Amino acid sequence: MTDTPTTDAGPATDQRAASPVAFPQDRTCPYHPPAAYDPLRAARPLARITLFDGRPAWLVTGHAAARRLLADQRLSTDRTRDGFPVTTARLAGVRGRKTALLGVDDPEHRTQRKMVLPEFTLRRAAALRPHIQRIVDERLDTMVARGPSADLVTAFALPVPSMVICALLGVPYADHEFFEEQSRRLLRGPLPADTLDARDRLEAYLGELVDRKREAPGEGLLDDLVRRQPDEGGIDREQLVAFAVILLVAGHETTANMISLGTYTLLTNPGRLAELRADPALLPGAVEELMRLLSIADGLLRMATEDIEVDGQTIRSGDGVVFSTSVINRDESVYPDPDALDWHRPARHHVAFGFGIHQCLGQNLARAELEIALRTLFDRLPTLRLAAPADEIPFKPGDTIQGMLELPVTW
Amino acid sequence: MRIGIDKDTCIGAGQCVMVAPGVFTQDDDGYSTLRPGREDGAGSALVREAARACPVGAITAGDPEDAGTV
Repeated sequence: MTDTPTTDAGPATDQRAASPVAFPQDRTCPYHPPAAYDPLRAARPLARITLFDGRPAWLVTGHAAARRLLADQRLSTDRTRDGFPVTTARLAGVRGRKTALLGVDDPEHRTQRKMVLPEFTLRRAAALRPHIQRIVDERLDTMVARGPSADLVTAFALPVPSMVICALLGVPYADHEFFEEQSRRLLRGPLPADTLDARDRLEAYLGELVDRKREAPGEGLLDDLVRRQPDEGGIDREQLVAFAVILLVAGHETTANMISLGTYTLLTNPGRLAELRADPALLPGAVEELMRLLSIADGLLRMATEDIEVDGQTIRSGDGVVFSTSVINRDESVYPDPDALDWHRPARHHVAFGFGIHQCLGQNLARAELEIALRTLFDRLPTLRLAAPADEIPFKPGDTIQGMLELPVTW
Repeated sequence: MRIGIDKDTCIGAGQCVMVAPGVFTQDDDGYSTLRPGREDGAGSALVREAARACPVGAITAGDPEDAGTV
């Protein structure tokens, strides 16, 4: 893609003239899109939205259009482009910074992806299963020993994926309080300055870690990358740190939210939970259905670098394009009765991991972690239940990855 | 059309199956594979789209000299 980035952030032609809905908004139920999105769900495949800064953008709402557009190279993911849409003031604060993988277009993206790919194959995720099971068992042992109640977020949902990604990357878990806190600030601020500072701290920490690994490489993805010589596609320190930041943050925050919100969803849908307990073979499909319904990364960002026709409407070069995974994953032409949890529907084709070249590399790891965490949790604690009224348990605001802020449980 | 699937690269995302279900399927282990009798893509225009959509670039479609550039 060699287009000159446009500086025109002005309003695009709204051919439907429907009044734009503000996006994102907070959910009222942690696993359903807010009722305020109903007009967006009625406007498929494209709707108009207004971002936090008042700028208009397109919202992709249709499943088929989302697949087409997410695989379309005329949509850029390079956040440093002038006019790239931002959904929060926090993101606006870091927009000048290059983000590895997720923020890079082809052909550079292809080169980056190749470097980290070997760790994310199906084979590698399958090989990690016994290790994930050990971590899950240990965390539950600890939680039960301190029971009979706990905050499931801090006792289980967060430490499990944190430990898994640490082992995969070669990051010492002993530092988890530091990087979990910085990830939280990076994704949720609350101030733009927090996000910027968190990113600086994570880069400094991972930079020092990479330097130590250069002296004495150990086992892990980062160590493997450090060992590479320049003639075999070796990478410089800056690039390595950029990989480390994105893989560490994406590797634990997302799965932690799926475990906490997935557990909440099961506990508040006892009929579905009973069905799952009666037939454990439903679990892999249930994990897909939970990812579809919960759509925790709800707002993937792109910018058009050329005019694109979509079902009679024109996305103009320079327009911001946002993909609401929660709305797309409830396209009733693909998922009948889309708001219902149904373990028997073929949910595998959801876009909760995105679609196209930027689709989540860690998806198999996430699937394995979710399957093992949920199965073991409910097997081990058959009387697990919420320890507070369901509608009083706090969850995350709409402008970040969705999940529970805490999850008081007892058994 | 010559279709290649690099099994060492495939992460089992299943996007090819979503885009071109008449040509691609997933085996029991989750890897992408070509449907029997459809190894040449059966003239489906969706094969190239499936190759473009693959998150890891595991699919090649076209003449051998195109390999890796789709």
